[in-house]
Amino acid sequence: MSVDKATVARIAHLARIGVRDEELEPLAAELSGILQWIEQLNEVDTAEVPPMASVHDQVLRWRGDIITDGGKQDEITANAPDGENGFFAVPKVIE
Amino acid sequence: MSQLTNLTISQARDLLAKGELSSRQLTESHVEAMAQATQLNAFVSQLPDVALEMAEASDSRRAGGSAGPLEGIPLAIKDLFCTKGTLTMAGSHILDGFKPPYESTVSDNLWQAGAVMLGKTNMDEFAMGSSNETSYFGPVQNPWRGRGDNRALVPGGSSGGSAAAVAGRFAMAATATDTGGSIRQPAAFTGTVGSKPTYGRCSRWGVVAFASSLDQAGPITRDVRDNAIMLGAMAGYDPKDSTSANVPLPDFEAALTGDIRGLKIGVPKEYVLDGMPGEIETLWQQGIGWLRQAGAEIIDISLPHTKYALPAYYIVAPAEASSNLARYDGVRFGLRVPGGDLREMYENTRATGFGAEVRRRVLIGTYVLSAGYYDAYYLKAQKIRRLIARDFTEAYETVDAILTPSAPSAAFPFGDKADDPIAMYLNDIFTVPANLAGLPGISVPAGLSAEGLPLGLQILAPAFDEETMFRVAGVVEQAANFTAQPEQWWKVPA
Repeated sequence: MSVDKATVARIAHLARIGVRDEELEPLAAELSGILQWIEQLNEVDTAEVPPMASVHDQVLRWRGDIITDGGKQDEITANAPDGENGFFAVPKVIE
Repeated sequence: MSQLTNLTISQARDLLAKGELSSRQLTESHVEAMAQATQLNAFVSQLPDVALEMAEASDSRRAGGSAGPLEGIPLAIKDLFCTKGTLTMAGSHILDGFKPPYESTVSDNLWQAGAVMLGKTNMDEFAMGSSNETSYFGPVQNPWRGRGDNRALVPGGSSGGSAAAVAGRFAMAATATDTGGSIRQPAAFTGTVGSKPTYGRCSRWGVVAFASSLDQAGPITRDVRDNAIMLGAMAGYDPKDSTSANVPLPDFEAALTGDIRGLKIGVPKEYVLDGMPGEIETLWQQGIGWLRQAGAEIIDISLPHTKYALPAYYIVAPAEASSNLARYDGVRFGLRVPGGDLREMYENTRATGFGAEVRRRVLIGTYVLSAGYYDAYYLKAQKIRRLIARDFTEAYETVDAILTPSAPSAAFPFGDKADDPIAMYLNDIFTVPANLAGLPGISVPAGLSAEGLPLGLQILAPAFDEETMFRVAGVVEQAANFTAQPEQWWKVPA
């Protein structure tokens, strides 16, 4: 399958990556090339094959519902590009 | 003291134990070698002060009668591992200025074992690349150059800085990570030993995530024994990683008996590629001969879905990456590029912060996970992944280990494949299947190409049987007797 400019713009929006208009065409060609190469997978009949998400058939471990860590507000916010009073700060989102 | 940089970990360990060498001396000689090699760009942070302080602390511990398995050994750490209070950027602009408030479990295990940190090594951005050309900090140069050829060569990737640091003798060993071949391929390109253990053997906690179901940490070293020693120190169960395996940790070094008599070694016919250089095929045949001579039984096997591993990987890995990299939003850490509103701030930050390859993979990942395409791509790839894992399970019913080439070529010049993503992806054709199946694999330097560049052989083993992997690797190493070293053309005159 090949993707067009509009599709690239849509997925770039979903991924929240700004892409300039003049980049859409070359990106569409690049991504189409990769997707076409990937399509060789359709040669394989997988109707009866269960999907595999992880190599381990392990059940996730349970742990006690107890606090083991915390009280690290300063450390957690230390790397923030912008912050106020121990909070992360973002541009205004409500009118 | 430049000869100190030629010691292996096991040699240094013996000298340190006998009191004939201090960690301070050993560390100083590596700090000096590292400082002389800035031209190679193998390090993103050189930490001489930290290193010497840790070396002195190690010497004190030893004087006090306690010594860990890596006591006093100076190591380089791939910049994908979070190091507390030390800049960690994973080769990406988007992690601008990030100083983790915590230490990764693997690096912490190494410090607990007594090791010394020399610096953080350069890498492809978020470990996405096979040539180290995608790093925000610029490419790493391979210490090796072709005979009579001054062109700079790639060190492989993504752990190119780690591989170059070990090959160039700036670090005794280095940590690395392997999502599709990022330890084994650069090891093959630099004449070093690189192993990716079984998925779950090393904790992923504190390792910047690329593709969580594939990522594994492992060591790059100068020989197989050092690799076994260092993996033993890195590995172990960690409750902080939900996929960490709670299994006993064997003494990997003890597995190096040199005795592979009666072992069954599989040779997969699907690993013969059209257009593969003849010297790779010749080296592989040589490796088969060495193992047979050592008493192993060689068995032709088939891994029928091998050719589908790479395209399946290029769905699974980008899908997981697009999800993992969603956290880089300009809010909690790293780069922020302002915009008119919150959404524009996200888009500007991610447009500026991600390089071309990372953007390409996040877009592919977003596409294959998006409504209407999920079944056709992502689910299909997960089914293919099952078939690839099944190929190995069936093969291991008859063989104990598998021998293949590590990479389809020797190191290549910069720019050779930079414009063709698929040509670049093909570098990992022999390494990706082990990631999809979660199996351990190691690359051992086994010979030189016609241009005088290192070539590697790969040994794969069943899950959690790194001992067999190391035992066979040790035999290949001994038979290959690879002693070549790169010329130190990068040294600045004192």
